[in-house]
Amino acid sequence: MAETMAPATAPHGAPHGADGSGETRRDFLKLTTGAFAAVGVGVVVWPFIHSMNPARDVLALSSTEVDLAPIAAGQAVTVMWRGKPVFVRNRPPEEVQAARATPLSELKDPQPDQARVQRDQWLVVLGVCTHLGCVPLGQKSSDPKGDYNGWFCPCHGSHYDTSGRIRRGPAPLNLAVPEYTFTSPTQIRIG
Amino acid sequence: MAIGLHDSTFTNPVIRWIDQRMPVFTMMQKEYGTFPTPRNFNYFWNFGALAMVTLMIMIATGIFLAMNYTPHTAYAFDSVERIMRDVNYGWLIRYVHMNGASMFFIVVYIHIWRGLYYGSYKAPRELLWILGVVIFLLMMATAFMGYVLPWGQMSFWGATVITNLFSAFPIVGEHIVTWLWGGFSVDNPTLNRFFSLHYLMPFVIAGVVFLHVAALHITGSNNPLGIDPKGPQDTLPFHPYYTVKDSVGLVVYFIVFAALVFFAPNYLGHPDNYIPANPLVTPAHIVPEWYFLPFYAILRAVPDKLGGVLLMFGSIAVLFILPWLDTSPVRSMRFRPIAKWALFAWLIAFFALMWAGGKPAEQPYVLISQIATAYYFAYFLIILPLLGRLERPLSLPESIALPVLRGGGPLPAGAVAKPMEKA
Repeated sequence: MAETMAPATAPHGAPHGADGSGETRRDFLKLTTGAFAAVGVGVVVWPFIHSMNPARDVLALSSTEVDLAPIAAGQAVTVMWRGKPVFVRNRPPEEVQAARATPLSELKDPQPDQARVQRDQWLVVLGVCTHLGCVPLGQKSSDPKGDYNGWFCPCHGSHYDTSGRIRRGPAPLNLAVPEYTFTSPTQIRIG
Repeated sequence: MAIGLHDSTFTNPVIRWIDQRMPVFTMMQKEYGTFPTPRNFNYFWNFGALAMVTLMIMIATGIFLAMNYTPHTAYAFDSVERIMRDVNYGWLIRYVHMNGASMFFIVVYIHIWRGLYYGSYKAPRELLWILGVVIFLLMMATAFMGYVLPWGQMSFWGATVITNLFSAFPIVGEHIVTWLWGGFSVDNPTLNRFFSLHYLMPFVIAGVVFLHVAALHITGSNNPLGIDPKGPQDTLPFHPYYTVKDSVGLVVYFIVFAALVFFAPNYLGHPDNYIPANPLVTPAHIVPEWYFLPFYAILRAVPDKLGGVLLMFGSIAVLFILPWLDTSPVRSMRFRPIAKWALFAWLIAFFALMWAGGKPAEQPYVLISQIATAYYFAYFLIILPLLGRLERPLSLPESIALPVLRGGGPLPAGAVAKPMEKA
């Protein structure tokens, strides 16, 4: 529609694409204008998208300190980290034994227990079932602990062992081990 | 319209398939592609498009702000500060939204001025004009409620003063104010409903804008000469001629907008609004945002409470009947030697009100406000109705195309109209 209305006399008698080459100054102008507009829109859109990422105050709360001293052998605590539960369990020697005696060939997501802990007695795992995100039972002494004496997810029946590894049920992976460091023998920082 | 598939002229099979069933492409082509538009627009005709773009910017930034805002008296102020400090690019989104309100009013004031100067409110565009005044009113309500949301001192006391305007009405006034507040003072229920309505209103505005544009596309645009296009030689297709002209204006507009946002984001605001709302202490000097100052000055110009409120609302209401107050059949002020200067004087009165509205309610500002208020109304209610009868307009050009193509003014009377040069 528009192009047909181009002025009859092109400035300085330039060919203006009339030679049949198919490329005109107008094409060039359209492309450069369009490219600049696209870059401009991209530059403007990014701040909006990025504003939905975690804000600085959210990131500032992304590490949690846990005092291990009050946790006796055979006990566990659940701490909140990034809005999710983290299981910290003081494992008695027999639980460590049981975990390490299991041959890797029996595991769905093969991982030796040694690779999942920094100090043998302390198991720190995300309390989020790797199936669909429920919180498995097993932290309280009255909870069902599943067939492998670890954790049992009531949503779809996943059983985890004393190393938090998936043994039976629909979950594909072991309970994830978050990044954490021992800041002292009785204190860890998660995140 | 006949029932059945639309007879689409598009050749692309996908577009054609859709267009036959729902002719949106045909509609866009008709309304924004080939739409015949007077060929003599000046840059004043950018401002409708600029207003449309600003509305979209305000809705986009507003939606993202709402993701991080908490409409509760205990959290609102802090949530806005969190947006400024912690949310990624929150400062940018908020400053664009905040200054966008000012830019919106600048654009709309110029847009309205364009209508006043070139007589765009006259027949057959009366309804188009009235819809525009409705949009202006909705914008004022939206801007006012938005200003309350950060819950700073100016938010709180602005809300208190403006809602108290309704207490001026006899008998029902107090009940109206209590109803607006949802309590006995501006408080959490007020903040909650203002947030809800502030989110709703832009979409109502968008709806009325649609009607505004629909009405525009029936009558067609006015133009700087104020005469009707008489044929294809007087018009150009909207695309590319005015899409490009609007784009040029848009680029300049964005430069101004960006300069404000990046270099002087708080220039048009009040520092007091960075103090959390305190219902026990009123700031020493409270003024509304700059775009409300002319109307605020009219309010304060009248020593009577109810009179001031009525005059303030009247200053907008008079715009609704403007198409019938101006009795001159000549649209453009270019051809109205007296009305033109009367309108420029009105502009001075408007700016005087804006200036006086920002000053304390003392002399000489009150007197200046009173004179300017008197002229503001006199222009609409006395000067325009009389000038239509008394003024002798200059002779209008034969057509839009002639002065543009010839560079000349009106043809001498009796000259034979040129045949169309270009069809």
